[in-house]
Amino acid sequence: MDHTKTFFLDGQEIPFKEGQTVFDAAMAAGVYIPHLCHNPDYEPHSSCRLCTVIVNGRPFAACTQPAVAGQMIQNDTPELREMRRTLTQMLFVEGNHYCPTCEKSGHCKLQATAYDLGLQDNHFPQFFPKREVDASHPDFVLDRDRCILCGHCVRVSRDVDRKCVFAMTHRGIKTEIVVDSPTGLLKDSRLTMEDEAANVCPVGALMPKRKGFQVPIGERPYDKAPIRVDSVKNFRIREERRHG
Amino acid sequence: MPHATVAPVQDAILPILQRYDRDPQNLLQILVEVQHALHCVPPEAVDLVADHLGATRAHVRGVVGFYAFLSDQYLGDFVIHLSDNITDRMLGNRELAEYLCSRLGVKLGKVRADGRVSVNFTSCTGMCDQGPAALVNGLPVTRLSRERIDRMVELITARTPVSAWPTEFFEVEDNFRRSDVLFRRPFEPGSAIQAAMLRGGDETLKDIQLEEALDPASGKLWKRGADETLKELYRSDLRGRGGAGFKAAIKWETCRDTAGGERYVVCNADEGEPGTFKDRVLLTSYADMVFEGMTVCGYVVGSGQGILYIRQEYWYLKPHLEAVLARRREAGLLGSNILGTGYAFDIDLHWGAGAYICGMESAMIESIEGRRGKPRKRWPLPVVAGVRKCPTVVNNVETFAAAGMIALKGGAWFAAHGTMHSTGTKLFCVSGDCERPGIYEYPFGVSVREILRDCGGSSAQAVQVSGPSGTTITRSEFDRVLAFEDLATVGTMMVLGPKRDMFELVENFSHFFQHESCGLCTPCRVGTSLLVNLVDKVACGKGSPMDLEEIQKLSHIMKTTAHCGLGQTAPNHLLDSLLKFRTVWDARMMTTEFEPAFDLDEALEEARQLSGRDDAEAHL
Repeated sequence: MDHTKTFFLDGQEIPFKEGQTVFDAAMAAGVYIPHLCHNPDYEPHSSCRLCTVIVNGRPFAACTQPAVAGQMIQNDTPELREMRRTLTQMLFVEGNHYCPTCEKSGHCKLQATAYDLGLQDNHFPQFFPKREVDASHPDFVLDRDRCILCGHCVRVSRDVDRKCVFAMTHRGIKTEIVVDSPTGLLKDSRLTMEDEAANVCPVGALMPKRKGFQVPIGERPYDKAPIRVDSVKNFRIREERRHG
Repeated sequence: MPHATVAPVQDAILPILQRYDRDPQNLLQILVEVQHALHCVPPEAVDLVADHLGATRAHVRGVVGFYAFLSDQYLGDFVIHLSDNITDRMLGNRELAEYLCSRLGVKLGKVRADGRVSVNFTSCTGMCDQGPAALVNGLPVTRLSRERIDRMVELITARTPVSAWPTEFFEVEDNFRRSDVLFRRPFEPGSAIQAAMLRGGDETLKDIQLEEALDPASGKLWKRGADETLKELYRSDLRGRGGAGFKAAIKWETCRDTAGGERYVVCNADEGEPGTFKDRVLLTSYADMVFEGMTVCGYVVGSGQGILYIRQEYWYLKPHLEAVLARRREAGLLGSNILGTGYAFDIDLHWGAGAYICGMESAMIESIEGRRGKPRKRWPLPVVAGVRKCPTVVNNVETFAAAGMIALKGGAWFAAHGTMHSTGTKLFCVSGDCERPGIYEYPFGVSVREILRDCGGSSAQAVQVSGPSGTTITRSEFDRVLAFEDLATVGTMMVLGPKRDMFELVENFSHFFQHESCGLCTPCRVGTSLLVNLVDKVACGKGSPMDLEEIQKLSHIMKTTAHCGLGQTAPNHLLDSLLKFRTVWDARMMTTEFEPAFDLDEALEEARQLSGRDDAEAHL
């Protein structure tokens, strides 16, 4: 592997391979960049903007920005932390996220990222949207109020499962998930337990039924390790698996 | 009345599907036609279209939901959209809307119970120089007045189809007030293509036609003409007229030099920036020049396919544009054998359906491919991988018109006008508080003051340059010049007279951006709504200095982190207003301390309903 090229991330020299993104190179080097809409298993699409870094003085999303030799990049600065905190607060207020009663708690990337960024409150007035809850499916519940519009279910159902069970409709603040079925309900869709899309939601929007509290509070992934440790570890395991 | 039933839906849709080859990439075009035919895209139409295209229902529903002019609800036999740009408001559109609704007995945003008519607001329809404007069943009605509305109500009551309405309703003026070197003289169709093909030598067209190898790969003369024309474009230093000002020659050369089979030439006629209407005038009266510029571009970059992406508000231009294209095909200026040289190029029309975001290159390409107009990832750029992942030039309507003239007259001629870094002339769309609104062509470098003098708007207190995403200029800045060196602009100049309440501007613009945010990225999707909430809070007298700080903080985050230009520029008008018109904000403050955004008593309403109580004790 050719690791001769490098860029600088907060002063640290990071090696990268040609074609690698800033995000991938940083994570491979053990440097965490906060992110919510990106999962290294799939193509990035840079919508949550939490991974915004400053490349040679200009902001870019790290998950889609190709690494270039010699770049000076800022990642963990007070200003970027503050912006990421605000972006996370935005996600909290546009939906209805009640961690204490949510089964995803301790397993939820939005919650874990909020902890990581030191979020103390939602800051902005809540929007309190009233979006449709779809509990029609025997195995899943779709609670649109908890959706952060990361698009994972849409992309994975389309690109991996080849079923296109999910899509987005409307636009702007009214954007929401729409299910592909004659009735628009999950029960009439082609979603099954085996689908990768069924297990990819980073928050509590698409949840399996009858699994509540199988893993006790206190033993869930982000109870054990903060997201910055957990995601770097998982990124490395994945890289090792991929490259032997 | 015709609440669509299954049979008519099928009858209406099958021929449309046929016409568009059941190609999923034509989904948006199909839905636009369905909407025109049925005044909605009902669920059975979604099913039918999805089945025939092999697309999912969710995808089709997602596309219908994205575009403002597509609706899953029947909008009535007469569908009225009132343009709601600040210039329409300045001309009293809100009061007229109320009058129209009361005369029709319809609630704004709802369909009348008998299904006859609905009235809605829509973003700027590009008739700012002749507003207040509306669209009735997709056709523009200008200069709305109470008298005009009375007449409209009579026609609607009598169920007179729009096709039988007096034509004066639909008259649209060019209002071309000042022309300079580009648009002063009539354009001879074919002249620019011929000049491009012959450039750099002294042959005639006949020599090219006789050349044995007409294949662009081996045709010597052919290649020389294209190369020399590109050099002229470099010499002209033409910069994109859509506002960003990227050099056209670099774009064309990159497209030409990127490996790939097909190449596309896309003309951006989305013209969504409120206050902008130059593309409408160009496509009305200078369509040949625009199409010729596209054809020259195709010849230079080696493309056989052009696409004119045009906003839905200009649907009324469809017959005209199709006629111009047909005439050009007949004259050998489009088609498989242009000017007898074997060069093949044609142009398709693609219609938008109400989405400002589609003026952004990669969102437009998504829309061309029949999807939601969501911007793509930043890389690769459309010029490398655009339409169907092929190298694609996207230029503004005015850029193509200028490029055609450069092919004809040469780069030095063009570069002799304008300023050092902004060559040539530019069209300005002047509207608002002035005596002569309309289109003005000036060399770049003209001052705001000069334009105000010419249009009769010298008493202005401010000018909104380049639309809501642009810059607010105050009296002390009127000597600033319009050029990339100072005020970069798409050409929009909305004049605000001395008596205008500048706060109305930010109310109008902030709601516009909230409505037009595509929803892809967090800062724009949520930020535009947070900004609207803050502006509304100030508007109703509950604002506090903290809210103004909040607006500034949010604006900074949006400018830094938003995915595309929409979110990055959406707060510009607020920052300008807070800096330059702070008094209109302060005048609305009731207090210098913090005020909560919500009404505590109102917040208890849901609890009151649930508990079935409404006594005094249940109120604060």
